[in-house]
Amino acid sequence: MGMTIAEKILARAAGLRTVAAGDVLEPVVDLTMSHENSALVINQLEEIFSGTGKEMRVWDPEKIAIIFDHRVPAETAKTATNQKKIREFVLQQGITKFHDIRGDEGGICHQVLPESGYVRPGMVVVGADSHTSTHGALGAMAVGVGATEMAAVWALGRMLNVEVPATIKVVADGEFRPGVGAKDLILYLIGMISAEGANFRVIEFHGRAIKHMRTSGRLAICNMSVEAGATCGIVPSDEETARYLREEACVADRIDSVLPDADAAYDELMEIDVTRLDPQVAKPHTVDNVAPVGEVEGVKVDQIVVGSCTNGRLDDLEAAAAILRGKKVAKGTRMLIFPASWRIWTEAARQGYLADLAAAGAVIMNPGCGCCLGVHQGALGDGEVALATTNRNFQGRMGNPNAFVYLASPVTAAVSALTGRITDPRKVGFLSLPADASGGD
Amino acid sequence: MTRVVLRLGDDVSTDAIYPGRFMATVLPGETPRHCFADVPEFGRKLRDGEIGSGSVIVAGRNFGTGSSREQAASCLKGWDLVVIANSYSRIFLQNAVNLGLRLVVCPGIEASEGDELEITQEAVVNKTMDKTFPVQPLPASRQAIVDAGGLITYVRKRLMEDAAR
Ligand code: SF4
Repeated sequence: MGMTIAEKILARAAGLRTVAAGDVLEPVVDLTMSHENSALVINQLEEIFSGTGKEMRVWDPEKIAIIFDHRVPAETAKTATNQKKIREFVLQQGITKFHDIRGDEGGICHQVLPESGYVRPGMVVVGADSHTSTHGALGAMAVGVGATEMAAVWALGRMLNVEVPATIKVVADGEFRPGVGAKDLILYLIGMISAEGANFRVIEFHGRAIKHMRTSGRLAICNMSVEAGATCGIVPSDEETARYLREEACVADRIDSVLPDADAAYDELMEIDVTRLDPQVAKPHTVDNVAPVGEVEGVKVDQIVVGSCTNGRLDDLEAAAAILRGKKVAKGTRMLIFPASWRIWTEAARQGYLADLAAAGAVIMNPGCGCCLGVHQGALGDGEVALATTNRNFQGRMGNPNAFVYLASPVTAAVSALTGRITDPRKVGFLSLPADASGGD
Repeated sequence: MTRVVLRLGDDVSTDAIYPGRFMATVLPGETPRHCFADVPEFGRKLRDGEIGSGSVIVAGRNFGTGSSREQAASCLKGWDLVVIANSYSRIFLQNAVNLGLRLVVCPGIEASEGDELEITQEAVVNKTMDKTFPVQPLPASRQAIVDAGGLITYVRKRLMEDAAR
């Protein structure tokens, strides 16, 4: 029996010729990622080493990436002190892939990793963040874990007691209609299979709609795979993967690819024809509470948010700017933009997108997690409604348990900013968009 | 014998168990004070010491969905609470195993707040309802970590073995 991509990657990492779903392995890890929660990881690493008589050392300082993004620049003395402790650890251990609060190489971890060329097809990536699933967009197996498990990997360089997950094959065929794209596809899928529909399983994405999708769109769908419970999402690497790594991530060395066997054993097959897809919206307070935009049209929105590790990439900002250029954000509605990285911020500024968005009334925030998780900026008032391009709408997620968060694509969010209400972007007059404005092609 | 002190539904997120705005607090000794901060009545009872050690939270499917924040497991563990749910989200389940939070996977559990329960390896007995619900054991790969007393001790042992090799 053949192997899926995840099985092939895990087999290689465990030094085995073949593995199958359910096998228990100890795969070696190619890259780890953590952010401000490295403070807790360090604490747990100290715990592991205490009483061993050994000096505390990470297994490989060149395979550890640490990115400050959740609260940048620090919002409290406590955060600043955590960040200081992490900087000292980075120096002491000689960690090389460290991205501090800087306008040249900073940003959200799930954008900094791909754009820095750290992630390659076939890698095992372990991150202390649930959206580590993002990196499967480049053909890697990328798994989110908690801080203690991260510390275990820092100590040993491998994961312990990993059960090989079964794989769901999703085939997305057809062509997106204008105003519909990658975000709508993943919201639709999550609505279809529920928040635990892929729990303990991998989603492998195939089909023409994926083949024609740019890496930014693939990053968005793999990012949100975890919202269906998936261990990770994986897109088979192809010419687009190589193009992204060469042109956008400046990778010069060899790129291998890991593809599934023709007779791979999939747990389940799901087919979606994206041609039939409407723009999708996730309603409060769960990500799987998904409806076509028509069902929620007219809901008044107090705050529009375009950004995050899901949809804060250059083409997302380009789409929003194209819609808002020369127009105004509706009175009574605020619009916040937070690019996924400083590299994106810089390019969006160079292209004039940021100036167009600001002229329309949007507030451009610094790259980072911003208001996505409700700890830093952009909190909502009691009873207020947000329409966000982020990935979660749980009660309290944007800092207020008495507020309501809807999720949608950058196109739907930008059009809704003009009206101050949730609006179908396909309405006449709003869309003179290129078909690929939200990550399709 | 123990008592159900909180009954929750499906898809309880880690944002609900431990809101994101307290994430700068990381140490297991400090996280319990923010446990269920946005469930005011229950949160207050916890902090006022009205909830006894070993008390039970019963929930539906996909408990612990969302963020990988380990505080969601450490804050429950800090109050020595036990969670019984139909099913758990992967990362939360693993975090609980790693930290030694007591979790019971019980796909058919029926219970309301105030019910008296008896929990064994094989089953949860709801004394108030006089009903028994079978428990789904953890896979051996996770049980091994529980038996070692959590991931820290498990890894420490492996580290010593690696060094001796
Ligand atoms: S932008 Fe939001 S979802 Fe993405 S890493 Fe930051 S907090 Fe997490």
